[in-house]
Order: sequence, then C-alpha cells, then structure tokens
Amino acid sequence: MGSQFLSASTALTRRAVLGLAMAAGLVLAAGMPAEAAPKTSLTLGMAVEPTGLDPTIAAPVAIGQVTWQNIFEGLTTIDRDGKVKPQLAESWTISPDGLTYTFKLRQGVTFHNGEAFDSSVAKFSIDRARGADSVNPQKRYFASIDTVETPDAQTLVLKLKQPAGSLLYWLGWPSSSIVAPKSAADNKTTPIGTGPFKFVSWTKGASVELARNPDYWNKAAAAKLEKATFRFIADAQAQAAALKAGDVDAFPEFGAPELIESLKTDARLATVIGNTELKVVAGMNNAKKPFDDKRVRQALMMAVDRQAVVDGAWSGFGTPIGSHYTPNDRGYVDLTGTYPYDPQKAKALLAEAGYPNGFSFTMKAPQMAYAQRSSQILQAMLAEIGVTMTIETTEFPAKWVADVFKGGNFDMTIVAHAEPMDIDIYARDPYYFAYKNPAFNEILKKVEATSDAAEQEKLYGEAQKILATDVPALYLFVMPKLGVWDKKVVGLWENEPIPSNVLSEVHWTE
Amino acid sequence: MIALIFRRVAGLIVTLLLVSAILFAVMDLLPGDPASVILGTSASPDTLAALQKEMGLDRPLVVRYVAWLGGVLQGDLGRSYTYGVPVAGLIAERLAVTVPLALMAVVLSIALAIPLGVQAARHQNGAWDVFSGLFSHVSIAVPAFWVGLLLIILFSTTLGWLPAGGFPGWDVGVADGLKALFLPAVALALPQAGVLMRVTRSAVLEVMNEDFVRTARAKGLSEQTALWRHAVPNALIPVVTMLGLQFTFLIAGAVLVENVFNLPGLGRLAFQALSQRDVVVMQDVVLFFSGLVILMNFLVDLAYLVIDPRLRAGVR
Repeated sequence: MGSQFLSASTALTRRAVLGLAMAAGLVLAAGMPAEAAPKTSLTLGMAVEPTGLDPTIAAPVAIGQVTWQNIFEGLTTIDRDGKVKPQLAESWTISPDGLTYTFKLRQGVTFHNGEAFDSSVAKFSIDRARGADSVNPQKRYFASIDTVETPDAQTLVLKLKQPAGSLLYWLGWPSSSIVAPKSAADNKTTPIGTGPFKFVSWTKGASVELARNPDYWNKAAAAKLEKATFRFIADAQAQAAALKAGDVDAFPEFGAPELIESLKTDARLATVIGNTELKVVAGMNNAKKPFDDKRVRQALMMAVDRQAVVDGAWSGFGTPIGSHYTPNDRGYVDLTGTYPYDPQKAKALLAEAGYPNGFSFTMKAPQMAYAQRSSQILQAMLAEIGVTMTIETTEFPAKWVADVFKGGNFDMTIVAHAEPMDIDIYARDPYYFAYKNPAFNEILKKVEATSDAAEQEKLYGEAQKILATDVPALYLFVMPKLGVWDKKVVGLWENEPIPSNVLSEVHWTE
Repeated sequence: MIALIFRRVAGLIVTLLLVSAILFAVMDLLPGDPASVILGTSASPDTLAALQKEMGLDRPLVVRYVAWLGGVLQGDLGRSYTYGVPVAGLIAERLAVTVPLALMAVVLSIALAIPLGVQAARHQNGAWDVFSGLFSHVSIAVPAFWVGLLLIILFSTTLGWLPAGGFPGWDVGVADGLKALFLPAVALALPQAGVLMRVTRSAVLEVMNEDFVRTARAKGLSEQTALWRHAVPNALIPVVTMLGLQFTFLIAGAVLVENVFNLPGLGRLAFQALSQRDVVVMQDVVLFFSGLVILMNFLVDLAYLVIDPRLRAGVR
C-alpha cells in the first residue's frame, strides 16, 4: 500500500512538472502572460429568499425572480421591454370574435427530467391552474377560459367565455409557467421546467444553485453561464459588504438607496438605475369619511410634493407618478401634472369640502423603510394644510393583509404594489380602496374585449386619467431598480417590467 | 441524587407540555392567516379556501393541536408551509451553524471575562479595575450588530482577511466554516463578556473577604494561589448561572447578529417563520427554545452539585 501511494504521488509530481514546463514554454513562445478565460459562474444577490420554488402555487415575487425564464418557461414570455413574445407556443391565431385562441406548440422541447412537452402537458398546466382545487395565486387570470382542447400533439385550443385581451400577456407570467405532470407536485422543493437552467440545490436560508441545461431546446438562446448561484442577504449593510468584498457579483435590486453613493466609489462596480413595477401608493379608504369625498382626496394629493417624497424617502431615486401606472407599462401617460403640489389650493379645496380646519386620521404603515419614511414625509406635508396624521406601524404582510386588505379597517395605508399592469385592481370588488366607479370598470372591460394593442393602450390612457382625477390613492412614485454589479458582467436587465432575474443572456466579458 | 434527577426530568416534561399548549393557542391568536400570506393580494376566496384545506387549517384548533403534538411526540415535527420540507431537517441545518457559533462566543466570552474579572477584583479600584469597568460598560452599551458592522468594515471590506458574511457550509471545510463564524462570534461575545466580567468581579470580591480565604493566606499561601485555588472556585456559582443564561440567549437571541452577517442560524429561521406566518416552524422552534431553556437550567443545577460539595451532601 505504501509503495502504491508513493508511485501515485511521484506520477502526479511528474505530470505536474511536465505541465508546468509546457505552460512555461507556451508563455515564452507567446512572449506574454496567458490570458485567463472569462468566468462562467455568477453569484447574484437577492434581499428576500423565495418561499418554495413553484411560482404557480404561491404569490411572493422572489419565487419568480429565481425561477422564471431560468427554470420555468411559459407558452408566451415577456421580454425586457415588457412585450409579449412567443416561447413554448411558437405562434397563435385568434378568432375574429376573440373567443378562440389556437396555439401552435414548439416541437422537440423536453423538461429537465426528460419528459416531453406537448399539447397534453400544456393542457395539464392550464387545468391545474384553473381547476377547483387550484391554489394558483393568479387563478382569476384563467377565469375566462371555458375549455382547453388538444386536437393534436402540437396544437392547443383555448375557448373563452368572454374575450380576454390580456390573455397572451397573462400566459407569460411566472404563475402561468408550464409544468410537467410527473414532477409538478414536487416543484416547490425541486423545480423542473423547460428553461435554460436546471435546479441543482437549495441551501435553506442561504442560496439556490442552478446549472446550465445542456439539452435546452433553443440553441440560439442557450445559457452562457455554466453555474448561477442566488444568494439571499436581507440586511442592506450586509448586501453592501458582500458586494464590496466580491462575495456576490451582482445585486440587481439593491435594498438601500442611501448606500448607493458609497458603492459608486468602488471602481469595480457599476450602478445601473432602472425602473421596477413597484408603485408606491398611499391608498385611502374611499368608503370612509372624510375620504369618501373626492375633493378631500384631491386636496391631499395637492398637498404632496412627490419629488420631495422621492428625495426624502428614497434618496432621490425613483420616478414620480400621477396614477397607478409606470413608465415601463404600455400606454403610459405622465399625469403628475393633474394635481400638482399646491398647498394653497389644497387648503382652499379642503375648506370647500367642509374641513377649513383640517382633520385627523391614522396611517397604517408597514415596517418597510420606504413605507415608514414616506409616511413621515407625508405627515409633515399634510400638517402644512392642517391635516394631522398619526402613524401606526402595521406588520406586513400578515397583519396588514388581515387588518387593512381584508378587514378594511383603516383610513390610509402605504404599500408598493408589485404586480405589473395591475390597474384593474381599482375595478375589483371587494378591494381595500373600496373605490367604486362604473365608468372606470367599463373602460377595463373594453380593454379585455379587444385584442388590438393600439386600442388597448388608448383605453389604458383613459383609465389612468380617471384615477389621476378621482385620486382613490395618493400616487407617489415608482420604486427604482437599483442594480449594482461587477462591470464585467453583461446581459442583466436594466428595467424590470415583470419581477425577474433573467439569466440566459448574462455572461462575463473577460 | 438519582431521585432528584428523576423528579426534575418529570417536572421538565410537564412544563414542556404546558408550554406546547400555550404556544399553540398564542400562535392561533396571532393576527394574519398563513394561506393569505402565501397567496398574496390577488387570490380569490375559493383559492384561499383550497389552500387552507390543503394545509389542514380548516380543522378545529384542538384537532390541529393534537395532530401536531402527536407528531412531535413521534419525532415528526411536520412540514414547513414555506419551504415545503420537514421542519426537523430545517432545525438541524440551522443548529449546525448556531451551536458552533454560540459555543465559540461562550468560549471567547469566558476567555475575556474571567481573567479580567478576577484581576479587577484583586486590584479593586486599581488601574486594572478601572480599565475592565470601562470595558464592560462599553461592551454592554454598544449593540452587538453595530460591533458586527464595524468588524466587517475593518476585517472584510478593508483588510479582506475574513468573509463579509454568509456561511459556506461545513462540507467545504472546517477551517472555512470557523472563519465565517469568527467575526460574528466576537460580536456576540463582547456584550456577554462585559456582563460576565462584572458578575465574576463581584463574586470574587465577595469571596475574598471570607474567613477561609484569609485562613488560606494566613497559612502561608501566596496571593495568587489563594486567589485561584480558594477564592475563584467558590465564586463560580453565580458565574455558571450567568453562563447558562447566556448560552440560551446565544442560541435563541442572535437574530440581529445573524442578520448583519447573513448567517442561516436558528434565530433567523424563527424570525423568517414569524414574518411569513410559517406557523409549524414557529411552533417547533419555540418549543425547541423552551426545551433548551429548561434543559440549560437543569444542567446549571447539576453543575452546582459539581462545584459545591455541600449541595451534594444536602441532596443525599
């Protein structure tokens, strides 16, 4: 045994010496040091750890930010400009009445466990999301579907009860991901999809690791990275330390705007400020006095200097908005001028509504930094027109959902609405704003009745104008996407038209 | 002594059962429904009902309690709502970080506090005493997480000697694991050392004025020998009591430091479970903490018997 060990070690040494000599020779021959190949692994930081890895059974956006477009794909997808693109459906036709969608599915697609994708799998996924015992967080988006038919393996036909002009967009969402019948039940812990990356491991409380899928169907869009690791770091100071120490290569959504300046001084790091879909709005209880009076809500809106809120709460990052819509969204209209900052007019309007001496109310503000800081600034601004706000911190999500969202027990609250293109929440009944406007609901019905994009954008414009005038909520700003990453990393999205970290195009330049 | 131990173990079990019942009731009273937290704000009522059924939340409180307790007694702690994996495994993974971290912090704290405390007592009102008094004031007053941040700035981002946070896992190598735990252990140990030092100082001071120490010196022992052989062992009871308290605190209360160093420890699991209303995980972790507190008290009591022969005689 001793001799065996010896011989192995001498062989190793011999090989090593030979290798070194050859390397030295090569370097000498080239006359310069050998260049290192670009890195093929990426460590990406996220503030929130996902709760399970199946976006079709739970709402938290962190799930999609790990899995969507990396592990899971949909019939359609949403690109970095927020546009709907074909994915597992390579094309489709819509009947003139808008009630029949016929999809031509892609051939040669397999899941990471070897299962083949065809129309029966697509039907399984859609039926699972819309069925009686479905726990899909966006089940409402499948409500318009009447039947799902599979005339052949490459064709899927959806027959609708009523037209749904946003259906193709909704089918691109993480919650509409296509899952395999055999593995669907275990996707929460071991997700299996058709995407360019395969799930490798999940160290709870620390990280999720993905590896390149060598059998990916779309050779043109195959992953460039061999390995991708998502690391979860909740504390903003710890995030900054990890970036500076090189423990993470990228933080696409860095948590603390006040620390951005200190990261900018690091020559190795790039800071890329984009837009998210997170609309920070101070929702009011439109069913409760005095917020049931439109003039009161308009007066409060005029008492708010949006840019000052952005400066104070989020270090000047973020874009002021005039309604529940972001510059990412198609058909965006800048309506910040509808009720611009004007404390004098605000006071006059408040007096006209019967509150010449102002009034008092309670703001239920979640514990998150943006909500606390924005509330404090609003408190000072409203004091200028004689309105007294008491801030009550309400634990988000659990207590907030119970008290405010479901209980409707509040005057005003402040929350960042994360879901893209969710202007329809003002037409939902019940919804926590308790805002009721038949004209608004009519416009949103028309959006669904047409599949003409230009017509939809026009209608979305009208819907935004109604909200800007009615002010069911104080529209404050869109949360910025504070991207911080190594300058040599390219391909990450600058904006976030849908919460995600799409990695297929990401690579190192040197 | 055996009888005493048996009595204590029986008491321990009854206490744990009571804790489990109170715990379950309190968790149920907590505002917020786990299913709504998982499904978010767009879920329709029928989807919520489907998930509540799937999670077994539609059953009456007593049925759920009995099912949970029955599982725990058979070693099945249930499945996490959020992670979807067995809770026992989750706790075990976290303990692999938290226990070594707590042990390291306790060792560091003892190594700092006992010599400082004893020296301070010996040179009462001298330079040593003033210095250690200052040390204990500062280390108790400054929050551990802030010390952690300063340590990260110095040793990780500036000098680059130690990782800024995170835990690579023990399978990467014991050295890497210990490296990752060192700074957080220092941050945790400092305030503990401050308290422990004060306790040591006052306990030793008290004992030094006792007759037996005077006798020891009178029979010709040097100052040092009288101190370490006679005074310090007799001053250990309050010190051990404090250590027992501190160890349980270090296991359960390291949330802030774990956050700053991004360590996947037990405290952070409990905190995450609370904010996500992962009720099963919360129940199990809190029950585990309670069991730990009870067990530590028991061990401290046993330690008294070892330290103080008079207590042993009394038991017999």
